[in-house]
Amino acid sequence: MPAARVPIPPRLRRRAERQYLIVRAFNRRRALKPVVNRTAQIRKGHILAFVTMRNERVRLPYFLDYYRKLGVDHFLFVNNNSDDGSGQYLAAQPDVSLWWTNASYKRSRFGMDWLNRLLMKYGHGHWCLTVDPDEFLVYPHCDSRPLAALTGWLDASQRRSFPAMLLDMYPRGNIEDETYEAGTDPFRIASWFDPANYMISKNAYYGNLWIQGGPRTREFFTMDPLAGPALNKIPLVKWHWRYAYVSSTHMLLPCHLNLVYDESGGEQASGCLLHAKFLSVFAQKSAEELDRRQHYANSKEYKAYHAGLRRGTGLWCSESRQYSDWRQLEDLGLISRGNWA
Amino acid sequence: MTPEVRLGVVLLCHAELDAAAQMVRIWVSGGARVSIHIDSKAPSKAVARMQEALSDLPDIVYSRRHRCNWGGFSLVKATQDAAQLLLDSFPDTTHVYLASGSCLPLRPVRDLVAFLALDPHRDHIESVSAYDVGWTVGGLNEERFTLFHPLDWRRRRWLFDRLVDWQRALRIRRRLPKGIAPHLGSQWWCLTAATLRAILDDPRRPEFDRFFRYSWIPDESYFQTLARRHAARIESRSLTLAKFDHDGRPYQLYDDHILMLEESHCFVARKFWSGASRLLAHFPRPEGTEPDTGAPQPQRFERLINRTVRRRLLGRPGLYMQSRFPRKDAENGKTSAPYAVFQGFSDIFPDFETWLGGLVDADVHGHLLGPEMAEFAGRPRIGPGAISNSTLTRDRDPVGFLTAVIRISPRTQIFQFSPRDNQALNWFMATDPNAHIHVVTGAWMLPLLESGMPFDDIRRVTAQLQRAELAQLDVLNSVWVKARVHVHELTDFLARPEAILMQALQQLPVKPAAAGGMPKMRDPGGLANLLRRLRNSGLRPRLSGDGLPLPETSPSERTAAE
Repeated sequence: MPAARVPIPPRLRRRAERQYLIVRAFNRRRALKPVVNRTAQIRKGHILAFVTMRNERVRLPYFLDYYRKLGVDHFLFVNNNSDDGSGQYLAAQPDVSLWWTNASYKRSRFGMDWLNRLLMKYGHGHWCLTVDPDEFLVYPHCDSRPLAALTGWLDASQRRSFPAMLLDMYPRGNIEDETYEAGTDPFRIASWFDPANYMISKNAYYGNLWIQGGPRTREFFTMDPLAGPALNKIPLVKWHWRYAYVSSTHMLLPCHLNLVYDESGGEQASGCLLHAKFLSVFAQKSAEELDRRQHYANSKEYKAYHAGLRRGTGLWCSESRQYSDWRQLEDLGLISRGNWA
Repeated sequence: MTPEVRLGVVLLCHAELDAAAQMVRIWVSGGARVSIHIDSKAPSKAVARMQEALSDLPDIVYSRRHRCNWGGFSLVKATQDAAQLLLDSFPDTTHVYLASGSCLPLRPVRDLVAFLALDPHRDHIESVSAYDVGWTVGGLNEERFTLFHPLDWRRRRWLFDRLVDWQRALRIRRRLPKGIAPHLGSQWWCLTAATLRAILDDPRRPEFDRFFRYSWIPDESYFQTLARRHAARIESRSLTLAKFDHDGRPYQLYDDHILMLEESHCFVARKFWSGASRLLAHFPRPEGTEPDTGAPQPQRFERLINRTVRRRLLGRPGLYMQSRFPRKDAENGKTSAPYAVFQGFSDIFPDFETWLGGLVDADVHGHLLGPEMAEFAGRPRIGPGAISNSTLTRDRDPVGFLTAVIRISPRTQIFQFSPRDNQALNWFMATDPNAHIHVVTGAWMLPLLESGMPFDDIRRVTAQLQRAELAQLDVLNSVWVKARVHVHELTDFLARPEAILMQALQQLPVKPAAAGGMPKMRDPGGLANLLRRLRNSGLRPRLSGDGLPLPETSPSERTAAE
């Protein structure tokens, strides 16, 4: 029997994959040029945020503001060759460490190699939040309890990861109708979402749930829903240097970190990442990203958006709901407090 | 004035020593003496900081430090030593309260003293017989005492369970010391000094200590059991508000619990989150002019906790989401509300959907699982909950589709079904107690009569649909069915359509002022003829029933068929 035909147990395959990802991340260490390194400020028990971004200057002020209020202690940014002044802005922030790179986003597994590298080096032993600049974490009781309360409770419950599904938010009218101003709350404009339009299946190999749906699938991918964007995310993890994100923050290895759901009928605690992608800045960005061709699956998503949005279709429909607070999301069954009373 | 109460507090501190120091200050300024036990796992820097912060306080003593593990005898040892030290240092103490460094006094200490003075010889300790107690963690009840438990349940769960199995298999049973009956209860108690002295100075104490060393979670049974031996009057309720989740961990208290804690009127609550600064600033409530001796009323808070435990263990029925994705048949409710499925009715009555929609107070959809699109009521492109009518997105996760439609809509959902539709949910619906399924078998033939298709095509379609419906009927006739299923054969239905329709309507929310009357029926005239042609072409129609008159068949043919 040829060696290639010998079945390899999934456990070993996953382990090999994880080790490959770690080595790969380690090899990217020289691709990242430190601009400002304030990681000496990090103390034991601090909550860290890891972000990779390109040309997001407009979104950054509110992003930093939002997460500082939640209780993130330090931000670690990778600036992928921005030319709109994001780098200068971030370098001036007192709680930001900044790296710069001009390597290919696509060939760094859509930035995950860079973040895995930073997580490995600085995240070990900390609760780490890995998000994009247009993702805003909402969790049960987030209006009255800071992030440290959540991580403290997760620690006490001996859980190391916390799921937060991506919830696409969109404005009522056309995306270009209202211009987004830096520093303002994007969800004043994009305050609508799809309440129940989500499809779930289980990934047997990695053990995570694969969630699709939402306005993007409903409008742009009805002909091929399997190609639609994945919405399941696990952004908050108590990091260990041996962990690795596999594909964006959708899943991790080792796979016990992906088991953030209950299979015997109960509910575990979960949150949402409100996705402020569909703002006035989006149309221009999607044209630019199409030119760069650096996105997932040959930028299929961006092509679809661009075609769809040129037709002038908004994402709003009569069944959309307007966002009010986390309680609304919990009643709808998008998030759950689990047993965090 | 009743005899004076001098309160002493045994305070067990593990982590968060800064907050614990704050608690010591609250107790001492309320007039209590405090004996502090600090876990020897606590870092020496933090301990020094705590002692420094408390150096100005009178009436505090530090007991010998033990290394404490969850559910280990070391916790009892620490309590014993600290209590002994307290009684030795302040011999006039009359009551001893056991609290932890993360127990927050909600009411002024003076209230507690006044409450204890109401009946100074009563011991407040929750103590329930181990044979009758309902709550168990880890599936052990009296086996907490009759087996040996030298291992840590939290850290060596697997080995712990194997040890239990092994002892059960070998029928190992420990003998209880004579004169005690095992009792369990909350770890946090308030005993009179007399009872506590009796427990600590009992001549048989080494024997009891030896026994409890290898019982499971002795901190919840040692004092609870021995108090039964020595106490005069026991009030079997803890004065500390402490609820545990299904895993035996205490619930944490946050700023948003302030109102509910105040309403609970409890003396002490456990356990606060050390970052809850508003909570720590709010409690204890300032003293009133007169001490308030009202008893605690924790019911409302306990209801909240019980609700969250239920949410964690059972979840919300019919919800499928990122953190609740039940295995098949472990759903605790496959769907969230009753719904009705009508199969064959829309074939017999072409405008059945509108007729029913006018009659009942519910959303009447077309064929939600239909092959062209999900036919939502009114045929919108985007249905309830912003669910697309595309068949591709629907068939990507049919269970999610149906449960989401049912869960997101406030009204009862009714939809049509037929063998032409996606059959993926047959088992799901048949095993769902919320489903009402009304089937007229073979009704799908009636549209074929009017289709004008060539006979060969009709024959092929009939064979396909018949196969699909037979497979579905196998499901509906299985022993696993939980749905309410009503199956009628087409000919039975045609014989008395009104009676069967009314029977189906009885289980639906019919509008009060709905007009009766029957919907327009398709003409079943050519059916007998079609069935005969099908039979003659070699296909046996098995679903339309055998009540149709077959006028054209000759007697000899009929005998052959029978």
